[in-house]
Amino acid sequence: MQKLSAILVDGTTYFSWLFIVSLGLTLTYGVMKILNIAHGSFYALGAYAASSAIGAYLAGAHPVAGAYFVLFVAGISIGAVAGFFIERGLLRPMYGRDEVILVLVTYSVFLVLEDVIKLIWGVDPYFAPQPYELLGRVSIGGIAFATYDFALLTLALLIGGLAFWALNFTRRGKLLLAVIHDREISTAMGINVGRIFTATFVIGAILGAIGGAVTAPAISVAPGIGVDVIVLAFAVSVIGGLGSVEGAALGALIVGLARAAAVHLWPEVELFVIYAVMAAVLAVRPQGLFGRAAARKI
Amino acid sequence: MRWGTVPALGVALVALLAVGPFLPAWAVFMLTVAFAKALVVLGLVIMMRAGLVSFGQGLFYGLGAYAAGLATNFFGLTDALVLALLGSIVAAATGFVLGFVMARYREIFFAMLSLALSMILYGILVRSSALGSTDGFNLSPPSFFGFKVGAQQSRLLLYMLTVTLACGSAMALHRFVGSYAGVISQAILTNEIRVEYLGASVTRVLHLVYVIGAAMGGLGGALVALAAGHIDPELAYWTTSGEFVFVAILSGTGHVAAPLLGMTIFEAIRSFALEYSPYTWQMVVGLSMLAVILFLPSGLWSLFSRKRKGETA
Repeated sequence: MQKLSAILVDGTTYFSWLFIVSLGLTLTYGVMKILNIAHGSFYALGAYAASSAIGAYLAGAHPVAGAYFVLFVAGISIGAVAGFFIERGLLRPMYGRDEVILVLVTYSVFLVLEDVIKLIWGVDPYFAPQPYELLGRVSIGGIAFATYDFALLTLALLIGGLAFWALNFTRRGKLLLAVIHDREISTAMGINVGRIFTATFVIGAILGAIGGAVTAPAISVAPGIGVDVIVLAFAVSVIGGLGSVEGAALGALIVGLARAAAVHLWPEVELFVIYAVMAAVLAVRPQGLFGRAAARKI
Repeated sequence: MRWGTVPALGVALVALLAVGPFLPAWAVFMLTVAFAKALVVLGLVIMMRAGLVSFGQGLFYGLGAYAAGLATNFFGLTDALVLALLGSIVAAATGFVLGFVMARYREIFFAMLSLALSMILYGILVRSSALGSTDGFNLSPPSFFGFKVGAQQSRLLLYMLTVTLACGSAMALHRFVGSYAGVISQAILTNEIRVEYLGASVTRVLHLVYVIGAAMGGLGGALVALAAGHIDPELAYWTTSGEFVFVAILSGTGHVAAPLLGMTIFEAIRSFALEYSPYTWQMVVGLSMLAVILFLPSGLWSLFSRKRKGETA
């Protein structure tokens, strides 16, 4: 019983984190058809920016509660800046090239940003646990869980709800969906696809950076945190169906629970389980659980 | 005067073998690793000519390396050539089995499934404490055709073996590119359904191409394991696979010699970047990559083929 509640709580915590990060990746892929490896760098940038911003803020003897605000401002601004310049400066001239080439461009960006992060923040780990500790702990079924993890779940649900509402009930969101469904027809109908590309990439980058920013208080922020995130986010997006918001949610839930279950029941297979699920889903439904099968072109 | 590919590769091989004894130790090691990895890229290039871009060649690379490592440490096989071939065979056999599933996938789905498979291997290796988990383990030094040699000769002999295997494979794959399956695989890239209409089996050709990629991946992995004397799960990680795709694109898929050249340049850039700016070597590699993508859209090999076009025009 204790184990079950531990699995459920840890699973939902993984879910919240994975969902926020993967949502950005899947949106970018859906609209632009770019598998953005640099997404991991946005995550790392967000984490670093948030932890150093919180450090600077708390050094000034401000109330700790304000750190949450600082965390979001830091994440959103660094994501927006990095996303905007990379899309406008680097990706824009490449549109129309092969998908693989664009993946490699983002791979190069990832390599460059890895070192840029080391140049700016150095190689020593950063800690900013105050926002995490402030919320204290709650006890469920005899085990104490960090309240921060539940706040993270609330945030993930909020972001998911917001994304769903924006995509289905606002004009801009519907334009975005139209581009996801068919880029060419959208252009022909007069949608400014170039602007939508920039907006999507920036939103994706912000989501990645927020994912890093909200995780920063719970971990030690050290070089290399972006590398694992990318491939996890790939797994989540692919399971759900690349380009699908609902898919990202379901994929994050599956991966989160599978990983939590493995950690508690059979720790040796922790990593194996995630990719086994990914391979199994791909073997049965290559387009992912929520993806649409593409028509064959003759 | 234009040379055929096979004689040109033969001359290059003789030249590489001849300069071997005069090269400094670091260059011998760097070239051994470069040519071993070039074998993996060579296999990937053959796959890419058929439209299969694998983000998981690390699977076969890692399998080959671990097969060689296990055979030498646990079964006492020490002959370098035998170990290299063993790595290749283990990888090819795995590729043959997986190929029944993989040959049905295309584009992003193929890329993602191969990524998932390589990460499964990584996940298993990281958690197997018998194989040293994330630390991996050291290999006992190889022997050559029954002879135990000193460290320096061993390095040189391994270089010669690797160079021979690399040039030999390039020649063999050059023949393959011109063969029935090779020609069909290029037609598959252009239009798969029409190939089916013409009566060729797309699945069978892709299966063959996939097994070739696997065999080359295993061969390269085993040779790198022997050259480095150490293996760890990083060999199967996604960044390793990404590097192979990167070098394949950087070299261009137009010629079988391109991966040999591309990988040598890539390893040279990386070695020098690591030596002279250890904290920013990734940035150097990333920026060089971007420069190639921006300024040489068809890869490094286009530098040579463009010149040739000028000659014949």
